[in-house]
Amino acid sequence: MDQPIQTDYLRWIVLLPLLGAATNGLLGAQLQKRFGKGLISTIAIAPVLGSFLLSVRALFDLVALQPEQRFLIDRLYTWITTGSLNVDVAFWIDPLSAVMILVVTGIGGLIHIYSIGYMHDDNSYWRFFTFLNLFTFAMLLLVTGDNLLLVFVGWEGVGLCSYALIGFWYQDHVNTTAGNKAFIVNRVGDFGFILGIFLIFWTLDHQGHGTVSFREIQKFASLLKNQEIWGGGVATLATLFLFVGATGKSAQIPLYVWLPDAMQGPTPVSALIHAATMVTAGVYMIARLHFLYSMAPLTLEVVAVIGVATALFAATIALTQNDIKRVLAYSTISQLGYMFLGAGVAAYGAAIFHLMTHAFFKACLFLGSGSVIHAMGGEQDMGKMGGLRSAMPYTFWTFAISVLAIAGTPLTGGFFSKDEILWQAFSSAHGSPLLWSLGVVGAGLTAFYMFRQLFLVFFGNSRADHHTQEHLHESPKVMTVPLVILAIGSIAAGWIGLPEVFGGSQFAEWLEPVFGKPHEMAASEGPELLLMICSVAVAAVGFFIAYLMYYRGALAPERFSSLAGGALYRLFYNKYYVDEIYQAIFVRGTLLLARTGAWIDQHIIDFIVDGSAKTTAYISWFNGLFDNYVIDGIVNALANITFWAGGKFRKVQTGNINSYLYVILGAVVLAIIVRLRYSS
Amino acid sequence: MTDNVLSWMTFFPVAGMVVVLLLPHDRHSLIRWVSALATLPPLLLAIWLYANFDRTSSGLQFVEKAPWIPTYNIQYFIGVDGISISMVLLTALLSFLCIFASWGIDKGVKGYFALFLLLDTGMMGVFVALDFFLFYIFWEVMLLPMYFLIGIWGGPRREYAAIKFFLYTLFGSVLMLLAILALYFASEPHTFDMTQLIAQSGKYGTSALAMWPFDRWGWGFQHVVWMALFIGFAIKIPAFPFHTWLPDAHVEAPTAISVILAGVLLKMGTYGILRINYPMLPAATADLAYYFLGALGTWNIIYGALCAMAQKDLKKLVAYSSVSHMGYVMLGMASFTPQGINGAVLQMFNHGTITGMLFLLVGVIYDRAHHRDIDGFGGLAAIMPVYTGVTAVAFFASMGLPGLSGFISEVLVLLGAWQKYVILSILGASGVILIAGYLLWTIQRVYLGPVNEKYKSLPEINGRELFTLVPLGIIVIILGVYPHAILDLLRSSLDQLNQIVIPHLS
Repeated sequence: MDQPIQTDYLRWIVLLPLLGAATNGLLGAQLQKRFGKGLISTIAIAPVLGSFLLSVRALFDLVALQPEQRFLIDRLYTWITTGSLNVDVAFWIDPLSAVMILVVTGIGGLIHIYSIGYMHDDNSYWRFFTFLNLFTFAMLLLVTGDNLLLVFVGWEGVGLCSYALIGFWYQDHVNTTAGNKAFIVNRVGDFGFILGIFLIFWTLDHQGHGTVSFREIQKFASLLKNQEIWGGGVATLATLFLFVGATGKSAQIPLYVWLPDAMQGPTPVSALIHAATMVTAGVYMIARLHFLYSMAPLTLEVVAVIGVATALFAATIALTQNDIKRVLAYSTISQLGYMFLGAGVAAYGAAIFHLMTHAFFKACLFLGSGSVIHAMGGEQDMGKMGGLRSAMPYTFWTFAISVLAIAGTPLTGGFFSKDEILWQAFSSAHGSPLLWSLGVVGAGLTAFYMFRQLFLVFFGNSRADHHTQEHLHESPKVMTVPLVILAIGSIAAGWIGLPEVFGGSQFAEWLEPVFGKPHEMAASEGPELLLMICSVAVAAVGFFIAYLMYYRGALAPERFSSLAGGALYRLFYNKYYVDEIYQAIFVRGTLLLARTGAWIDQHIIDFIVDGSAKTTAYISWFNGLFDNYVIDGIVNALANITFWAGGKFRKVQTGNINSYLYVILGAVVLAIIVRLRYSS
Repeated sequence: MTDNVLSWMTFFPVAGMVVVLLLPHDRHSLIRWVSALATLPPLLLAIWLYANFDRTSSGLQFVEKAPWIPTYNIQYFIGVDGISISMVLLTALLSFLCIFASWGIDKGVKGYFALFLLLDTGMMGVFVALDFFLFYIFWEVMLLPMYFLIGIWGGPRREYAAIKFFLYTLFGSVLMLLAILALYFASEPHTFDMTQLIAQSGKYGTSALAMWPFDRWGWGFQHVVWMALFIGFAIKIPAFPFHTWLPDAHVEAPTAISVILAGVLLKMGTYGILRINYPMLPAATADLAYYFLGALGTWNIIYGALCAMAQKDLKKLVAYSSVSHMGYVMLGMASFTPQGINGAVLQMFNHGTITGMLFLLVGVIYDRAHHRDIDGFGGLAAIMPVYTGVTAVAFFASMGLPGLSGFISEVLVLLGAWQKYVILSILGASGVILIAGYLLWTIQRVYLGPVNEKYKSLPEINGRELFTLVPLGIIVIILGVYPHAILDLLRSSLDQLNQIVIPHLS
């Protein structure tokens, strides 16, 4: 790792989508008018495919190297050098970022293709693809940037695109409000992120090694040990600051509130940005800085607790939602919680593994729901669906496979990755049986709400109106082929990360140069298998209840929703009233402060300003009277003696304020100078 | 021309003014084009200056020096260094573009352009003057046309705004004049030469004056003079609580004058502090910077952002956003770190281009709809997509979006401030949340949402308007990607300036 291999093609992985975005952004409206939508999507998709192929090349280049040398860099130029701060524009690929770029360009590419069909009737086709490309660029920058500041560019860049795409149909107030919410909540996170960067930089700088580059930070990480600020460890505080950023971008408690609203965007956006890629940025960031997090046990504990709490919290909300995309949104928040649980018990590899499998099955679920919404003519309420299985076979089968995967059905991708996290939550030095059991409860809830969705949407009798039923149709190939590929991925992606019991994980081995060897847990096969069976059993219970309720109809949902007088159900259904609480405290609070500030300006400061101006005016008016009647009186009386002097005085009284002021000024200056000269 | 490049840049516009005055008053088009031609050479020379500026030198360059009023040791002494170069470039650029933004002026055209050109000379002079007396002359030369430009060509409450602007500024000028004279008499031999005043900075007393309340505060001669200068400059920045002239002046001023006001005039405040307070009164600077630049700057950031959020007038909102953004300049320069001070001066430049764009953009919509009520629009994105696209660039640059210029300067300022004042840096950074809040809310209300039927047929932004906006937009993007295009100019001088003050920090 000492001498990274300089390449000159990594830049194109990142920059190609930017080219697409620039072309469509500047010329798209004209091109679409003149040459049609085909050209727009070609301009957008070709660069992403190019990036994907280059990513594959990077992967092969890495594989060809010795594990400890798997490290490519492409340095472009010096971005900022000021004082000891030195920031390059440089891209690097190591086994971790290789996984990320493949997910972003691979799954991202499929979602681009799917969008050809999904967005086909939209007039702002070019604008959609511009932002989709721009997003891909920003996301690739985020995962390949060689330093924290460059990553921050991607970090905020994806936020911008998320904002623009959530509010894509900007004529609807609800959409733009959701976009604003996403951006502003993320800004709160970014605020933490940037403070984390500052703290790391200055702490290292005080010891002569100020840097924001990942490699250098890792090299000098030991210098952060035993450094204190405000009575706490620097490593702890810095990682907590950065984690605030992660809770924003990756929608964790307390900053998760924007993600459910983000579903206002077109569904491919929900799949790409709000499920597969952007929201995993926080997990990536922690994995990238794993050496810092591992130095801060307190932070890890916070990460794990927030992760598992979010996983459970969001799952309970998902139980009750009726909007097909909202269920998936809360499910995403919940699954991200699992990733943070993994990261929080220092099982970074497991977190990244779940990130990858989740990208497949959640993208597939979202695109599947998009296919459903498309067929239902825009309907998102699951209460009006049902029985779609026969009309939409491809959508159904791919959706079903993904549900199996997310529910942790054995031998699917989600099973292996979630199991890995749960096992680590139990057995890692940072884990505990409590974390594990909470995670298992969450897995049971996940199985319930996902099968509930599957049954409500695809099984039973159709609850749609007649008109909708007649127009039901399977989506075109351009949409179903990506679904099929993603569904295959949902299963297959798991098989590169088999548990120790089944022969060990190639995935973990691949990431070993980054994270180091996983904790030695010899002779652990027995417990691992046992825990695995436990979690599968709990998930099976979840499935079975959903089956009884929504397939067989043998169990009335009311049996549960009326528990505790329905209070619990209302709490879940209304999302714990968190939105309302935030609105009341933060939004209204800020607006109150804003109005107070404006009031102070108008009524206090300007009162003083206007008041002193008026006072001056009165004084000069009075002065004028005094001049006219008193002085002039004397002057006139002595006019025949001092005629010339009278003329002079008259000049003074008709002169402007300026000359008065300058006379006064001169006198004051003189007085002060004399005073100062003699006193110092 | 290149021998006296700075003199040419300074006085060419005023020569143009003479030509304009000689033209018949009804030849509007001719007057406009003459004015454009009068501001073009300074811009071309600015580009030449940019290419030929020695980036390794921390000293003065392109110096011109001649005795002027020898009796009082007053000289014609001008030059540039890293502190002023970026402001000289900005002034030349904005003056040229603003001629085109003034194209729509049709009342008293001759007078308007004549005053505008005089203003241009005054502004340029302030940034190149190295003799304190000359500096003061230019300072006053700049104020007068500004007063008339607001007072005659302004909106409905123009007289209130112009008088408020004038009184505030006059108050500041008086204090500044006092300070100048105090320094003049304290130097030996008496001089207005800034370089000599700096060289003698050790002589200005710092021990507490035996006069209430300075004895209680421990303020010496240096502190008192510092404060007088500071108030003069703080009014220009504008720093709380001297800022309330700004929203009124902006709301009433014609578009181009708002651009000049926010883009160039505000910078004179922070420029003056860096040019005069820092090197001439380094001990007082070291003592007072925390309170009057650091803490006050942070307060400016947050207070300005909150006030902006409460505004209903689009122009007033942009005006308050200036109060907020200039706070970053103050915070950065108070840190005495390379990042902080370089970031501060870069922020001065970036704010000039970004806020210039914002005011131009407000002007575009005001010219069409004849009002600026934020809640009175809606859905402009569908009617004027190109205009909305340019607006988005400016708004997000103002928000400090990475990849655009504002990010670089704000992050440098906050990073620099962190080393000295962690809490101020954190508070300042929290400002970016508020800024995002009010700007996004504004975008939503003005540009997004359902189309307002009333404005269904508003014409798209025209070529002339784009001509004034696109160069600024390109600069905003280039400086976000390659900030060293400006940073390289600043570094040597600013690092040296830091070194003057740092020994006095306790």
